[in-house]
Amino acid sequence: MASTIEQQAKGKSGGEVRYLTPLDIETKKEEKYCRFKKKGIKYIDYKDADFLMYLVNEQGKILPRRLTGTSLKYQRKVAQAVKRCRHLALMPYVGDLLK
Amino acid sequence: MNHYETVFILNPVLSDTQIKETVQKFEDYLVSKGAEMISKEDWGLKKLAYPIQKKKSGFYHLFDFKVKGEEISDFELEFRRDDSIMRYLTVRLDKHAEAWAEKRRERVKSKATKK
Repeated sequence: MASTIEQQAKGKSGGEVRYLTPLDIETKKEEKYCRFKKKGIKYIDYKDADFLMYLVNEQGKILPRRLTGTSLKYQRKVAQAVKRCRHLALMPYVGDLLK
Repeated sequence: MNHYETVFILNPVLSDTQIKETVQKFEDYLVSKGAEMISKEDWGLKKLAYPIQKKKSGFYHLFDFKVKGEEISDFELEFRRDDSIMRYLTVRLDKHAEAWAEKRRERVKSKATKK
């Protein structure tokens, strides 16, 4: 065991680098939350295109829940609102560099 | 009686009087079917996010009304018959949406008084 550590110290072993003590890497990221639940928004207005822009990527695609943190209940409403908004030409179906 | 909200887009080539006439026509139609008009909004000429019928802008109007559910299909048929309507969308409001619509109306009113 001791010899392997010495080898590693010289950098001649060729194997992966091992550490005797686990490195202090921060793995816990900022917790996601549902903005609609947190702020108590019950209805997502399809007429408010500026707000819906937050829930859409640069091409105008609806962002997934795993990125926005929206709960399933409100994600369904977001999708509905964005689609209605697109139908009324307040938001593009396909866009480029929206943000 | 259900609470509905309709947004429709009018052709931008129409003159002011023609727009007023068409909006009045649809309102009269609704009232004749026993609807209770709650509010009307005129958003004016807005740019469209994508061209519709090769037009890049349109006049947006919003109706807020209460009517029996069975009248809606006939009402939408009127929209389809009219050439000057480029798009329409009718949505039934649930209780949260009603609360939101109420708030929105108040905000619009307060803005109007400020001006």
